[in-house]
Amino acid sequence: MDLNYGAEAEAFRVELADFLAGHWQPGDRRGSALKAYIASFRQEATSRGYLYRNIPKRYGGSEQPIDTVRAQVIREAFGRARAPMEVSGNGMSMLVPTLLDRGSDALKDLFIPPTMAGDYVWGQGYSEPGSGSDLASIRCRAELAGDKWVINGQKIWTSQGDRVTHMFALVRTEPQASKHAGISYLIIDLDQPGVTRRPIRQMTGDAGFYEFFFDDVTTPADWIVGARGEGWQVSRTTLKHERANIGSADALGGQFAKLVELAGQVTRFGRPAIKDPEIRQALARIEGWVLAHRCSSYRLFSLAAADEPPGLVGLMMKLLVTETGHDIAMLAQELIGDEAMLEPAPPGTRGRGVEKWLDQIMGSLGNSIAGGTTNIQRNVIAERGLGLPRELALGNDA
Amino acid sequence: MRFHQSEEQLAIQDALRGTLADALPAGRLRTLVDDPADFDRPSWDALMALGLGGLALPEEAGGSGLGLVDLAMAIEVLGDGAAAGPIVQHLLTGLAVARSRNEAAAAHLPGLAAGTTVATMAWGGDWLPESWALTLEDGKVSGSVRFVPGASAAALFLVGTAGGGLALVSGGSQVTVAPMPSADRSRRVSTVTFDRAPAAELFAPGDAGVAGLFDAALVLTAADALGGAQRCLDMSVAYAKEREQFGQPIGRFQALKHQLATMALEVEPARALLWYAAYAQDCSLPDARRAAALAKSHIADRFVSVTRAAIAAHGGIGYSWEYGLNTWFRRALFDRAYLGSPSLHRERAAELAGW
Ligand SMILES: Cc1cc2nc3c(=O)[nH]c(=O)nc-3n(C[C@H](O)[C@H](O)[C@H](O)COP(=O)(O)OP(=O)(O)OC[C@H]3O[C@@H](n4cnc5c(N)ncnc54)[C@H](O)[C@@H]3O)c2cc1C
Repeated sequence: MDLNYGAEAEAFRVELADFLAGHWQPGDRRGSALKAYIASFRQEATSRGYLYRNIPKRYGGSEQPIDTVRAQVIREAFGRARAPMEVSGNGMSMLVPTLLDRGSDALKDLFIPPTMAGDYVWGQGYSEPGSGSDLASIRCRAELAGDKWVINGQKIWTSQGDRVTHMFALVRTEPQASKHAGISYLIIDLDQPGVTRRPIRQMTGDAGFYEFFFDDVTTPADWIVGARGEGWQVSRTTLKHERANIGSADALGGQFAKLVELAGQVTRFGRPAIKDPEIRQALARIEGWVLAHRCSSYRLFSLAAADEPPGLVGLMMKLLVTETGHDIAMLAQELIGDEAMLEPAPPGTRGRGVEKWLDQIMGSLGNSIAGGTTNIQRNVIAERGLGLPRELALGNDA
Repeated sequence: MRFHQSEEQLAIQDALRGTLADALPAGRLRTLVDDPADFDRPSWDALMALGLGGLALPEEAGGSGLGLVDLAMAIEVLGDGAAAGPIVQHLLTGLAVARSRNEAAAAHLPGLAAGTTVATMAWGGDWLPESWALTLEDGKVSGSVRFVPGASAAALFLVGTAGGGLALVSGGSQVTVAPMPSADRSRRVSTVTFDRAPAAELFAPGDAGVAGLFDAALVLTAADALGGAQRCLDMSVAYAKEREQFGQPIGRFQALKHQLATMALEVEPARALLWYAAYAQDCSLPDARRAAALAKSHIADRFVSVTRAAIAAHGGIGYSWEYGLNTWFRRALFDRAYLGSPSLHRERAAELAGW
C-alpha cells in the first residue's frame, strides 16, 4: 500500500502550481469580464493538456493519454488554487462521454465544442410521471416522419430546467419491440415551438427541477446516439476515462468537517455540544463511515489507475454517501435545536445562522432519490454485487 | 499510488485460508467449541508452519519483515476461518519483543517466529495503558489480569505494568491460570495471577512504543472482526441462493436481498478502512492513532451487527448450535469487548481530535 502519488506526479504538481500562479489571477474581475477571463484561462490550461483531457483535439480538447493519477493531481492543484476546471453539468459529465463512445462524427462536431464552451446546457430527459425507478417503462414517443423525429410526451424532474438549452432523452421509438429494446437516445433542441417547460417547486421551496411537455416537437433524424432501439444500452455507457476520483470523499469529508465545526459552535445542556459525551460518540460513529468511504475511494482510485475492475465496493459508493449524509442530517438537526424551526435565507445571502443546515437536512433526501433510489441501490448491490437472483415480477429483460 | 491488494498479499491470504480450512474444518471446529482447552495444537502448528509467527518480524529474527498491513490481511482470513487460540496476542508479543531494545528477551524471537513458543497478552485494567495495574518491582511482576486468551497454553506473557509499561514474563510456578467461563469457545479466556514472577521489561511506562503496540493490537482485532463479518455475509449469501421457500430461492425476496445488501455495505467499505489504519501505522502518519481507534470501534460494531443479521437471514438453523454461525456471533462478542468497547475508542478518537 502506498498513498503517495510518486515523484513524477509530485514534479507535475509543482509544474501545475507554477502554471496556476502565473495564469489564474482573476483579481476583482466580475460579470462578463470574469467570464471572458475564465474562458481564456480554460483555453490556456487545455492547450497544456490540463483540461478536457479525454476529448480529441479536433473538438477542442487536449487529447491526453489516460492517466488517472495525473488527472487527480490536476483536480487537487486546481482545487487548491480555486481555479476553474471543465465546465460542469450533465453535458460534460454525461452527454459528451456518451457521444465520444457511441455518437456519429456529425453529432460530435455539432455538440461537443459548444458544450465545452458552456453555450449549450443539457437536461437529462429520463424520468417521466409514470417512469422513475422503472425507467425502461417510459412512454414519451418519437416517430420518424421523413427526415425528422416527431416527439410527443412528457419528461419530469429535470434538474436545472430553467437553464437547459438542450436535452438528451430516452424516448420510445419502437412500440412493437420489448420494453428495453423499444427505446432510443435522442438529442432535442429545447428552443422550438411545442416545448413547454414548467417549474416544479422542490420541498426546499426553490424551483429546482422542471417538467417538459413535448407536443409535436421535432429533431433531425440523425440526432440519435446509437441505433434505433439501442437507447437503453447507450444510456448505460459509463464514463470509463479518468472517472475514478476522490471528489465524493472530499465532499462527504467536507460535510463532516462542517458538522464538527457546528458542534463546536452550539451549546447543549449548558456546554459546548462538542464536549457532550453523546455528541462525541455520535460524531465518532459517523466518522467511522466517513473514513470507510474515503479509504474505499482510495481503493477504487488505485484499481482504476491499474486498469482493474472496481468490484463490489464500486456499487456501494452512492449508498454509502447518501446513508452517511442521512446520519449527518439527523445529528445536525439535533445540534441546531430550536433553530430548526427557522427557514434559512437562500445560500449566498448574508446573516445565515445555523438554520442553514436545513439545506443539507433536506438535500440529503433529494440525494437519496435522484440517480436511483436507496432501494434500487440495494437491489443493484444484491443482484449485481452478491449475485442474488432477480425478482420475477419486475419483467426485466435487460 | 497503490491502495489495493497485491498478488503477493492475495497469495498469502489464499495460503492461510486453505491451510486453516484443512487444519480446522467445520467438523473439527464443532468439537473444539465443546472442548475446554484454550488452544488447538494442529491448526496452530499448521499456520505457524506457513510462517505466520514471523510474518512481521525482522528477517534477522527469522521473520519475513512485512508490515502491519500484511499482518492485518492475514488476520482477516483467520477471523474468517475462526482460527482458535491467542493468535493476535502471539503476534503482538513478537512485535513487542522485536521493537524493544531488550536483548535478553530477543532470545525468544526464533521460538515466537516459529510458533514453538506460544505467547499471549495480559494487559488488564480497563484496557488502556494508563489503567494497567500489574506491579513490576525488582524485576518481578505481581497481580491479576482477567480475560487472557490462550493462557493455559502460553509459555510467555506480554504483561501490562502499572503506569503503562510492557514486560515479558515466562510461565512457571509463579504464574497461575484460572479458566473463565468463556462465550467465545474458539478463544477461551482465563484469569492469570502473577506472584513475583520474573519479568524482562520491554518498555518503561510512558514509552511511545507502548502506544504503537496498543494501536497495532486494535488494528489486528479489527482485522479479525472484519474477517468474521465477511464469513457471516458469505454464509448468508450462499444460503439465500440455495434455501427455497414459496417455491423459489429465498434470495429472490427483496426484504432479504436488502438485508444482505446492508450487510455487504457494512463489510466491504470497512476493508479499506482497515487497510488504512494499518498503513497509517506502517508509515507513522499523523492520524495513525485516531485511525486505529476508529477502525476498531467501527469494525467491531459492524461484526456484531452482521452476525446478528446473518442469524436472522438463516432462520431456525441459524439459531442452532450445530450449524455453527454462533461461533462467529461469539467471536463478535469477544472482538467488540477485547481491548475496549467501541464507545471507549470513540471517546479516545474525540479526545485525540481535540474535540
Ligand atoms: C433532486 C432530484 C433531481 C432529479 N433530477 C433528474 C433529472 O435531471 N433528470 C431525470 O430524468 N430525473 C431526475 N430525477 C428523478 C429521479 O431519477 C427519480 O425521482 C428516481 O429515479 C425515482 O423515481 P420516481 O420518483 O418515479 O419514484 P418511484 O420509482 O415511483 O419510487 C417510489 C418509491 O418506490 C420504491 N421502489 C420503486 N421500485 C422499486 C423496486 N423495484 N424495489 C424496491 N423499491 C422500489 C423507490 O425506492 C421509492 O422509495 C431527479 C430527482 C430528484 C429528487
